[in-house]
Amino acid sequence: MGLTKQSTGISVASNVFNIEKNSDDDIVIALAGNPNTGKSTIFNSLTGLKQHTGNWPGKTVTNAQGYYNYNNQEYTVVDLPGTYSLLSNSLEEEIARDFICFGNPDVVVVVSDATCLERNLNLALQIIELKKEVVLCVNLIDEASRKKIKIDTNKLSELLGVPIVGTNAREGLGIEELKKCVEKTALGKVNINPIKVNYENYIEESINEIEEEIYKTLDKNINSYWLALHLLNENKSLEESIKKYNDIDNYEFDLLISKVENIRNNILKECNITKLELKDSIVSSIITKAESISKEVVKSQTKEMHSFDRKLDNVLTSRLFGIPIMIGLLGIIFWITIKGANYPSAVLSSMFNMLEGQLTLAFNYINAPDWLHGMLVLGMFRTLGWVISVMLPPMAIFFPIFTLMEDLGYLPRVAFNLDYYFKKACAHGKQALTMCMGFGCNAAGVVACRIIDSPRERLIAIITNNFVPCNGRFPTLIALATIFIAGTHGRFSSIKATLAILLAIVLGVYITLLISRLLSKTILKGMPTSFILELPPYRKPQVGKIIVRSIFDRTLFVLGRAVMIAAPAGIVIWVMQNVAINDISILSYCANFLNPFAQMIGLDGYILMAFILGLPANEIVIPILIMSYMSKGALIELESLTELRTLFVNNGWTWLTAVCTMLFSLNHFPCGTTLFTIYKETGSKKWTWYSFIIPTITGIIVCFIVAQTVRLLGF
Amino acid sequence: MSKLITLNNLPLGEKGRVFKITDKGTTRRRLLDLGLVKNTLVKSLHVSPAGDPTAYEIRGAVIALREEESQYILIKIEGEE
Ligand SMILES: Nc1nc2c(ncn2[C@@H]2O[C@H](COP(=O)(O)OP(=O)(O)O)[C@@H](O)[C@H]2O)c(=O)[nH]1
Repeated sequence: MGLTKQSTGISVASNVFNIEKNSDDDIVIALAGNPNTGKSTIFNSLTGLKQHTGNWPGKTVTNAQGYYNYNNQEYTVVDLPGTYSLLSNSLEEEIARDFICFGNPDVVVVVSDATCLERNLNLALQIIELKKEVVLCVNLIDEASRKKIKIDTNKLSELLGVPIVGTNAREGLGIEELKKCVEKTALGKVNINPIKVNYENYIEESINEIEEEIYKTLDKNINSYWLALHLLNENKSLEESIKKYNDIDNYEFDLLISKVENIRNNILKECNITKLELKDSIVSSIITKAESISKEVVKSQTKEMHSFDRKLDNVLTSRLFGIPIMIGLLGIIFWITIKGANYPSAVLSSMFNMLEGQLTLAFNYINAPDWLHGMLVLGMFRTLGWVISVMLPPMAIFFPIFTLMEDLGYLPRVAFNLDYYFKKACAHGKQALTMCMGFGCNAAGVVACRIIDSPRERLIAIITNNFVPCNGRFPTLIALATIFIAGTHGRFSSIKATLAILLAIVLGVYITLLISRLLSKTILKGMPTSFILELPPYRKPQVGKIIVRSIFDRTLFVLGRAVMIAAPAGIVIWVMQNVAINDISILSYCANFLNPFAQMIGLDGYILMAFILGLPANEIVIPILIMSYMSKGALIELESLTELRTLFVNNGWTWLTAVCTMLFSLNHFPCGTTLFTIYKETGSKKWTWYSFIIPTITGIIVCFIVAQTVRLLGF
Repeated sequence: MSKLITLNNLPLGEKGRVFKITDKGTTRRRLLDLGLVKNTLVKSLHVSPAGDPTAYEIRGAVIALREEESQYILIKIEGEE
């Protein structure tokens, strides 16, 4: 009996891949392509969704799904991870290959980069070989024309035998045409005449032989030519996938594999070559084909088409200036953030103060009980007010600038500059990228760690991501640096604050490297695996869109999360302050209990308490602290940072307390969201626990050393 | 006249053609995926501040390779023609 694949292949496979179609008649399209060719952007413009985009390779790893309607037909779009090939069996490649092969998409759209067509054709050829319903989307045509690269799409379409659409996904140009092309292809209304890569004769002969065997065992539904080629090429992961996605008899399948082995061995003997040479020959045939096609269709008017990029790289990654420029840029970003956030912060904060007054009046007017007013106004509203006025302005400035750098393509250059140090730390070069993402949000950074293949290095990257401060912690750092290190006034105050924060970040990076190395030498032993990083071309960012996008997608998202957590937290804190046992509030009780230990590491009980209560979101540490201090003494109006300083100093703060608090903010347990994300990503309680405890211990040690040294020296 | 060197020894700004990849494992496959088959033109572009990795131009893309990888790539430098 032959092995049968379920005849209702589509729905079965769709379930395996978690594809949710709106109805059974939906047409499923898969988006494939090299990393960083604009797949997410195409996905977004097709579906109207907002996948994260950014100019660095490897950010899409999950299968995002979306829908659109065209001419009264529903389409389901699946965004596959970016890959260079289907031959290498990295995690992304397996996902992409398996979906195209076993997920039965109706059409595969191969997104390619017009400025680097030759390399992109390699993947396109491999996909066309597997599936004939392909539309090649030549994206980034605007960048190509900026670089004076001309592509003869008619010729290309003729050569490849599949429809071609040129797009500028960012501006939405060509998207309608793409939809139309997909429709025609799905409905079989175009002539598809897929190109065939010619392999050496002995390979073609073996393929024929293997195909015969496949017909005997497997259902005809599968592309036997492609399968034969890849079985000949010996692909263990593909063999696993065949077993996984097809309802087949293991015994018969193993028989097939051993027959393939026989055929392979015979041919190797006959031609007197090694298996390696066989594999090389297959790859070379594909690449040579891509090269010759590219030669025919790509015309570049200038000899050095990427000359501007090269010049920029020579400066931004140069021996002498690479790292200073990097730190300088970071400094400028923070300086702009601090400087620019000052004024709006003050305005927002006085607005909230005023509102608080009004609310209090209103509560008095309706004769609300004190506890209700306390809980809702002094607790919830005040915390909210702080979170918004302190967080919103810096984020509204920081995120757009950060996104700008991301879009420009600077992040991979940072990875390039820092790679050596990560290598020394036995970590993965791409960890520099995930670390950069951590500046935005550690949870996002942890998710970004998926771009790291090796499980060991990925865990290191996940555990150490928290050592760079995220946007929830910047406000804390900025506020403390401004009031204690820079002083609130004076001409150079924002520069001093910037320097302090830069120092904190450099320290954070240093600790990241140190802990990565420590982990590599202890619980995550191993050597760094191979590192290949593409430095994508710089792309002109769209300033306007970036501002809008980063404010709506990132700033408001992060703020929303903070607000949701701050509101209930405000109530909890207020209750803890106002419910007393033996005349001591619960909060003071806890703080007193923590105090001796906290003092040892240069903090006080209330600060430590604030960090612990701030577990749900780092943003609320300072507001908690303010509320706890205020409940002890007279209630003062906090209208400016000077008053904040007074409040802190009255509670025994010195510059050392500020430094230790900053250090502890930099090195302590990740926030609840990040921990949850780590748990989801690693699927392991153990590693989540390590991610919790390692930064915490680091923080305690660092603060202890600093506090004790300073005290010993008697500053 | 032509001579063989490993890619990590290719001086900045110089070009050469791939002669052979000496690794036999995953690294080899990754390199092949980037199009580094025999006779592919490679140009060494710039080196990172710490001296490693180095960025190369391969088939129109810029790829950074660590010494650990580039030492597996044998390059034929073509002399003046
Ligand atoms: N100029 C230009 N930029 C584009 C185009 N398509 C995408 N981009 C930019 O290229 C970068 C990478 O795009 P993305 O969709 O994240 O690529 P993916 O990794 O393939 O999903 C982003 O910064 C996009 O804004 C295009 O057609 N023209």
